[in-house]
Amino acid sequence: MLQIKNLHASINGKEILKGLDLVVRPGEIHAIMGPNGAGKSTLASVLTGNTAFEVTKGDVTFNGKDLLELSPENRSREGIFLSFQYPVEIPGVSMVNFMRSALNEHRKYKNLEPLSATDFLRTMREKKELVEMDNKLANRSVNEGFSGGEKKRNEIFQMAMLDPKLAILDETDSGLDIDALRIVANGVNKLKRPDNASIVITHYQRLLDYIVPDFVHVLYDGRIVKSGGKELALELEERGYDWIKKEVDEAI
Amino acid sequence: MEQQYIDLYKQQNDSIKKHSAAVMNDSRDASFALFQKLGFPTSALENYKYTDLKEALSVDYGLNINRISVPVNPYEVFSCDVPGIHSYLYFVVNDAFYPVNDARNNVLPKGVIIGSLKEVANTHPELLKDYYGKLSTIKEDGLIAFNGAFAQDGFFMYVPKNVVMDRPVQLVNILRSDVDFMANSHNLVILEEGAKAQLLVCDHTVDDVRFFANRVTEVFVAQNASYEHYKLENTHIKTTNLATLLIDQQASSKVLANVITLHNGVTRNTIEIDLDGENCETLLCGMVIADKKQQVDNFTSVIHNKPNCQSRELFKYVLDDMSKGGFTGKLYVAKDAQKTAAFQTNRNILLSKTAKMRTKPQLEIYADDVKCSHGATIGSLDETAKFYMQSRGISEEEARLLLMFAFTNDVIENIQIPALQDRMKLLVEKRLRGELSKCEGCVICQ
Repeated sequence: MLQIKNLHASINGKEILKGLDLVVRPGEIHAIMGPNGAGKSTLASVLTGNTAFEVTKGDVTFNGKDLLELSPENRSREGIFLSFQYPVEIPGVSMVNFMRSALNEHRKYKNLEPLSATDFLRTMREKKELVEMDNKLANRSVNEGFSGGEKKRNEIFQMAMLDPKLAILDETDSGLDIDALRIVANGVNKLKRPDNASIVITHYQRLLDYIVPDFVHVLYDGRIVKSGGKELALELEERGYDWIKKEVDEAI
Repeated sequence: MEQQYIDLYKQQNDSIKKHSAAVMNDSRDASFALFQKLGFPTSALENYKYTDLKEALSVDYGLNINRISVPVNPYEVFSCDVPGIHSYLYFVVNDAFYPVNDARNNVLPKGVIIGSLKEVANTHPELLKDYYGKLSTIKEDGLIAFNGAFAQDGFFMYVPKNVVMDRPVQLVNILRSDVDFMANSHNLVILEEGAKAQLLVCDHTVDDVRFFANRVTEVFVAQNASYEHYKLENTHIKTTNLATLLIDQQASSKVLANVITLHNGVTRNTIEIDLDGENCETLLCGMVIADKKQQVDNFTSVIHNKPNCQSRELFKYVLDDMSKGGFTGKLYVAKDAQKTAAFQTNRNILLSKTAKMRTKPQLEIYADDVKCSHGATIGSLDETAKFYMQSRGISEEEARLLLMFAFTNDVIENIQIPALQDRMKLLVEKRLRGELSKCEGCVICQ
């Protein structure tokens, strides 16, 4: 589904990703962990087409297409979804208009007719229940005045609406209390199918108690330096990152 | 430039007066003398530094001093139906009030008089004499003085004590001419104690000639009265539209003024609201969407003369291409106007590197127990928000549109006539999509 080969990316001339490789197949959940500044969020930004980052080298293919050639909106329409670490507040744009625009652009891309108002509202209602989102939030401006937890729930709600093939969850657990974490994780799990995949970017093992990964990768200094099963996350939780840093530095 | 109008006034003095009314003529020569002294304002003047009329005034405009009737029937040309607005509908064609088609308007509430300023000045001079020119003739402003000299007619509305207008009143100013044309008109609105009215003024151009409109509106809002004034401009690029709105508020009155420029050539709105009684509430809003070489200058003054009044001001501009915007927010709080609460906001988005915005908050506060604030920003669209929307599959174009629409939304929300608010949302969206790239006759009214 997703193949990343030797990906290099920089911001303002500073290289952050330094030759990253990753393969994600349908049905898999990959966790990407690593210390601050390793490049975890940069990876998410590059995959979704944030123009602040420049890809200097490498290839990314997504279902056979050259992902890096696609505009951010077409990446979304092709089935990539990013749950933002810091969801953006958009005063004056209602959740309903925002979601309707997004959904209908996705449908247009697939040569489908726009959803009728009734069908759209029914879908909204169903997906809201999935993340136990308050009705009132859906009637407000996008993320405006939402609490941290509400914003993250709203991300998963949008994910449910757009039904992506590949979901990238960037620090979705940050700033969540245990109940909110459970709700968000439940939402993600309910959306899991054999034909879609997720990349879960996180600092802490705690989210992985709820969203159980098939693979855990450690990102350090712009590269994936270690990969393993879900037990690697537990080991990182216990031992921290220093031993990995040491291993890598010694190898150089 | 002034000389030809000075000569014209002297030559045509009798005609001008003959085709107007005594109440209006009483102050005419004094206005003319003031204009002779002041001339047309130039951008060298502090109050006009964002409005440059030099080019517009170099055109040789025709005037219709002898009131030759214009071959147009606005009732036929414009089928006005902002869905559900059901207004009492009136027209000023160029500079003259157009005869009312009574079949179109239901009977007005008891005692209400709406009609030609000139005619009412002749039939009910006692109604006008305490009001006409009371706000305008004291202003040291060349354009207002010029209007006082040349305006012969206009729109008049009188709402007696405690009468509530059951429907909005709509005044459509139509500019229609085969040659370059100048129109001066004067409007007068009187709300007695406890009266309530909503007036929607629409400015339109019909023909492909140069127009120069100079209109003055005086509004008197008595104690406990409530008045809403909406001005919607959708004129063509060859129009110079100078509109002065002077409002006097008495104790416990409420005023909402919302001045929206959707499409235009060169526009200057001079707005002054005087709070002359305690416990007044004032909300002054406006919005500008401009592109090409359009220019819009909103010069606003809110004058707190009495204590315990509240005023809010909100203006938003979206400027593209080579357009220019100007905003002045003068806020005056007199020494005795304690417990004044006055807030002013002006936010602007520039969509191109060549668009220009100049904004000037100007606060003069002489009372010591007040709450006043002002804020002005000039920026571009929020790139983070745009990317967020794109990452959900919304095209860049659509994301820009949604953001611009959101930006102007709070001004539109301040329209209290639901049908007009809905219509404005649609028109603003069309305008932002570039579908109103020129004035299509009466877009509002089709």
